[in-house]
Amino acid sequence: MAWLLILVPLLAAALAFAVSSPTLRAWILPAVGVVHLGLLLVALTGWRTLPATAWFGLDALGGWVLLVISILFCICAFYAPAYLALRPDRDHRVLSTCLLGFLGLASLLAQARHPGIAWVAMETTTLVSAPLIYFNRNRRSLEATWKYLVIGSVGIALALLGTLFIAYAAHMGGLEEPLRYTRLMENAGLLSRPWLRAGFVLTLVGYGTKMGLAPLHTWKPDAYGETPGLVGALLAGGVTSCAFLALLRIYGVVAAAGEGAFARELLVAFGMLSMAWALVFMIRQTDIKRLLAYSSVEHMGILVFGIGIGGLAAKFALFHLAANALVKSVLFLSAGNIHRSYASKQLPHVTGALRRTPVSGWLFLLGFLAITGMPPFAPFLSEFSIASGALGTGHIASGAVFLVLLGGIFLAMSETVVKVVFGTPSAQRVRTPYKDAPATTAPLIVALGLALVLGIWLPRPLQSMLDQAGASVDGVRSARMEARP
Amino acid sequence: MLPDLLIALTMLSNFSLVATSRVSKAIQFAVLQGVLLGLMPLAMGLGRHFHIVLLAFAAVAVKGWFIPFLFRRALKQVHIQREVDPYIGYTVSLMLCALGTGLSLLLAHNLPLKPGTEYALMVPASLATLFTGFLLLVSRRKALTQVVGYLVLENGIYLFGLLLVEDMPALVEAGILLDLFVGIFVMGIVINHIRVAFDSTDTRHLAELKD
Repeated sequence: MAWLLILVPLLAAALAFAVSSPTLRAWILPAVGVVHLGLLLVALTGWRTLPATAWFGLDALGGWVLLVISILFCICAFYAPAYLALRPDRDHRVLSTCLLGFLGLASLLAQARHPGIAWVAMETTTLVSAPLIYFNRNRRSLEATWKYLVIGSVGIALALLGTLFIAYAAHMGGLEEPLRYTRLMENAGLLSRPWLRAGFVLTLVGYGTKMGLAPLHTWKPDAYGETPGLVGALLAGGVTSCAFLALLRIYGVVAAAGEGAFARELLVAFGMLSMAWALVFMIRQTDIKRLLAYSSVEHMGILVFGIGIGGLAAKFALFHLAANALVKSVLFLSAGNIHRSYASKQLPHVTGALRRTPVSGWLFLLGFLAITGMPPFAPFLSEFSIASGALGTGHIASGAVFLVLLGGIFLAMSETVVKVVFGTPSAQRVRTPYKDAPATTAPLIVALGLALVLGIWLPRPLQSMLDQAGASVDGVRSARMEARP
Repeated sequence: MLPDLLIALTMLSNFSLVATSRVSKAIQFAVLQGVLLGLMPLAMGLGRHFHIVLLAFAAVAVKGWFIPFLFRRALKQVHIQREVDPYIGYTVSLMLCALGTGLSLLLAHNLPLKPGTEYALMVPASLATLFTGFLLLVSRRKALTQVVGYLVLENGIYLFGLLLVEDMPALVEAGILLDLFVGIFVMGIVINHIRVAFDSTDTRHLAELKD
């Protein structure tokens, strides 16, 4: 099953590359998305049998992250055929191949039980997502791709060095290969502390670059600004989640070694810095896709902030991963629709979206309310729980700053969003033939619906998975990992 | 003895890299450095392990033959010779490189080595090389020189990886090489697109996107 999750998307990627009919190729995406989600659900129901010596397999944490990515991929994949049909001038052979390749590599990453394999998977996802950013084939997207590639490669190289440092920490402690996570966590006490700390800092910087934590996020506004909304959604919810997972695995080892306090301080600091930085650049932001990119920087900050606080907040940071991915897909895809309709994504041109594209306009508005923490959507539950987790565990100052930043971000974002959705469309602006159709809005409505449901009710199996994932993040071995051969 | 000599040469090539203005020279130094490091496992007397010999062979083949081949092709297409007007001048670059090397020595001093490790210079040299690569990446304008910087950065990491080469499975090491190979390959493709779009590989043109 583990291999099928990886191989099905990769084989489909090869198929997509070979198929010559653009329509048929576009439909491979949703087909593979559904198959992948189905396989994953089957795999998750029988998830008690992972031996400690396994090289691959789903634990609660990896399963949770992959579930989020798989659902996100489905949403984007069902949106894709209609979107790609709107752009008949663009060949999407490379786009489809890379999207499917990404899904396969994300499955590899989620299931990797060894930091080396996880790193290779992360690096390869960087490489397959570079052509996605270059989809529009113009100078601007080329600039975005180059920045993404160079900054991303440097980040990933630092993550590799960090991984090697941790391997050396184990080597000093007398631990030899294979250094699977399970083994590292069980023998965490033996690891050499200076190397472990240095290794954590490097992996935090490295994977943090891939997540887009400030001040290492500089590729993000450019990349998200220049790609189609479809790719933006997958980058903001998928690639970043992969990097977050890779970081969490390392954090788990560090926490198990009793260096959690050191790591948590760094995570909280990075989290708050990212939120503050995002806030500054959101003020008077006129480009809606760049606005969403900064929102993504903010939410990556919330994720690491929650992990840094630990306990309840860590569990809800994982929940926030799902909430953010779902709502970001609504925002990026509706922004993409608005972009199609106005042939612009800049503020003075884009006004009155509620009149011109009512469905996308409403989705964009509701998505904005959801992402900034309006009840009853899922991000409210996670942001509220992270804040109360911080205040409840004595992090009064950080908790207060967190709440103030959330408030500021709501105000900063609302200024742009209100101008985009309300008002009257300017008369001079040429009207493109794009009109909201069920095919380009239904996947978004489903995503927003899921975010609404998750905000009110979390099914019991998901609840227990989240509990276990949260526990394993904090360095406590989950029940599943204790299964020995 | 021989490993220490190779490490010293690696550190010297760092200085040559930041001091040269000719793109082709920078490429040659990076390639030379890569080959020296590729030979390191053999110099360290690890020739008895078959997979390490294989790895050394692969490293030399990728860094000594394939990557120069890609660079030569790119150079032929873009007709550039010199790094004109870098963000950080050559003298300052040299001083920064020296500073970075000093800091690396200081930093490595604080990281304990496993008792019995013969190659104490390996950690500072690796950090210094990493720093040099980073310096090249941020201080140069030409896309090609930036790729050279990435290559040097990877060399630094590879050098650190050698400390662990006996204890790491070939799988992970091969992953490193494969990624370097593919990374440079993808960057090569993007450079070609930059050349076609702007008729130059100067990253100064890539400054349209900002807030």
